[in-house]
Amino acid sequence: MAVAAPPSRVLGASLPWWLLIAPALILMLAFYAFPLAEVLWISFTEPEPGLSNYERLITSEAVQRVWITTLRICIITTVITLLAGYVVAYALSSAPPRVQRWMFLFILLPLWISVLVRAFAWVTILRRQGLINEALIGAGLIDEPLRLIWNEFGIAVGMVHYMIPYAVLPLYASMRDIDPRLVPAARGLGASRFEAFRSVFLPLTRPGIIAASVLVFIFSLGFYVTPAILGGGRTLMIAEYIKLQILDLIRWGLGTMMASTLLIAIVLLLWALSRIVDIRRVFGSG
Amino acid sequence: MAALSHALTVDRVSKHYGPVRAVDDVSLTIGRGDFVTLLGPSGSGKTTLLMAIAGFVAPTSGQILLDDTPITPLPPEKRNFGMVFQGYALFPHMTVAQNVGFPLRVRKVGRAEADRRVADALALVQLDHLADRLPKQLSGGQQQRVALARALVFQPALLLLDEPLSALDKKLRAELQVELKDLHRRVGLTFIYVTHDQEEALSMSDSIAILRDGRLVQEGPPGALYERPATRFVADFLGKSNFIEGVVEEVRADGFSYAAAGQRFVQHGGAEGLAKGAPVLVAIRPEKIEVREAAPAEPEMNGLSGTIAAWSYFGSAFALLVDTPLGRVQAAIPAWRCPVEPSEGRAVHLAWTADASVRVVAD
Repeated sequence: MAVAAPPSRVLGASLPWWLLIAPALILMLAFYAFPLAEVLWISFTEPEPGLSNYERLITSEAVQRVWITTLRICIITTVITLLAGYVVAYALSSAPPRVQRWMFLFILLPLWISVLVRAFAWVTILRRQGLINEALIGAGLIDEPLRLIWNEFGIAVGMVHYMIPYAVLPLYASMRDIDPRLVPAARGLGASRFEAFRSVFLPLTRPGIIAASVLVFIFSLGFYVTPAILGGGRTLMIAEYIKLQILDLIRWGLGTMMASTLLIAIVLLLWALSRIVDIRRVFGSG
Repeated sequence: MAALSHALTVDRVSKHYGPVRAVDDVSLTIGRGDFVTLLGPSGSGKTTLLMAIAGFVAPTSGQILLDDTPITPLPPEKRNFGMVFQGYALFPHMTVAQNVGFPLRVRKVGRAEADRRVADALALVQLDHLADRLPKQLSGGQQQRVALARALVFQPALLLLDEPLSALDKKLRAELQVELKDLHRRVGLTFIYVTHDQEEALSMSDSIAILRDGRLVQEGPPGALYERPATRFVADFLGKSNFIEGVVEEVRADGFSYAAAGQRFVQHGGAEGLAKGAPVLVAIRPEKIEVREAAPAEPEMNGLSGTIAAWSYFGSAFALLVDTPLGRVQAAIPAWRCPVEPSEGRAVHLAWTADASVRVVAD
């Protein structure tokens, strides 16, 4: 009996579909899910089984200080990045296409430069004998160099610089979708420039603002290189604290507890975000 | 409400974008309570002129006056003009009632007063039952009405409409034309309407201003423009026309006679500035041409023989394309009293009276 193979077998697709994704799945399980589970496990078992590591969230002043410092820097960074990013995204969305291409290039360019290089570039600009201090002293405006680095200010500068593209892109996406006639329509109906912006343009960019805020905030939470270099070890953020615990002090339990808490905080934030906006749109699909 | 309406004067307004003259020395007076249409093909400057009136475009020269007050330096929000944009520009994050209430909110009108006026405006366009919907939940025609209500709710000095019907299908457009005309009559405001659709302009306006390449070509009531187009462009853009290029044979008291393709034709009126031997251009509407079996016997009738090259049936009329010594001529005949059975290749005689055609300026 010569029966034609069903169409699904023509391309040799007689394998069950899940076998096709199995390699990727195994890879993910072995190198991502398993280590993560391991981290979680250690946080409950080292140095002895129980919740002792998590107790420190309530009892240890050092742990609390790291969390508070991290949250404070992240909130400052997010607010400044959003304000700056909004201005850039607005300029981008209202620029003619030719100019827009160049603007995009300059917004994306920093993403191709190593975060390490950028952090050291900021060191040369901000340090005591750096560009800014030398210039201000040379101009006679100050006598003592300003403390621009090895503190939260320096960290915020470096982080804002790093984060701006991540704020600009979702903001730009939400601005691009706005009918360009809406703001003129509002003004024609009697609204001043500011009123038209406040009551029409701004609310329509709300999804972009939420998306950019959460994106920047989450990225900031786990930031390591920039705070490590621009904080100079004096201002500790979570990522650096974890590295310190695990690699320098060999306190795996405390380190993994902080990593787990950070992970849970991020997952919760993403969940909250998904309740407010369509999360697939935020990350580019559709 | 008619007492609230205002007149608008456009005084030698130009707008240049580099070397391009989008609006070129246009002067126009729009009477109180008139429905005036700015008509022209795309790129004729009609929208730029409307945007200059609305305050979104600053004229390069000239000024705009509301009654006797110059308004050229005022920003759009200070002009108190209602505007309906192409595509309506409804605020997508506001409900219908919030959209309509927006002009009142920015004017700090009290809550109770604003609610009452929003309800009135929505009743005016028969949308009171949809006040809590979002714009995206409405049909195109309903969105259009919301845009109208929003532009009228604050009792503007003028209503400006930028191709408000262009996004709708043909049948709905016809319905809304009637509604818009009716609305104009009820609110008594001065309406300035921009369109590229000549039928829309003819059916709705008290007055039409035809623009071409930034210049005002002709202005007047629809009937006058249709019957007495000044230029070839107007005759062709507003309705259809056949054109006859001829040479003047004789100038008379009531008109002139001219020759074209070896035949002689007579024309009533329009003889000013003509002399024997001068070139002349005459336009004739397809529906003013009669089709006959035999050549016209009347001496004052213009006659032209030809053969039918193509024909089509529109229910109400036949449209014929007739090959004649003058070239291809269009004729439209009421279908129910067509004297000849149209068929391709059939010989027919065309006839028209001396006052059916009109002399136009070649441009």
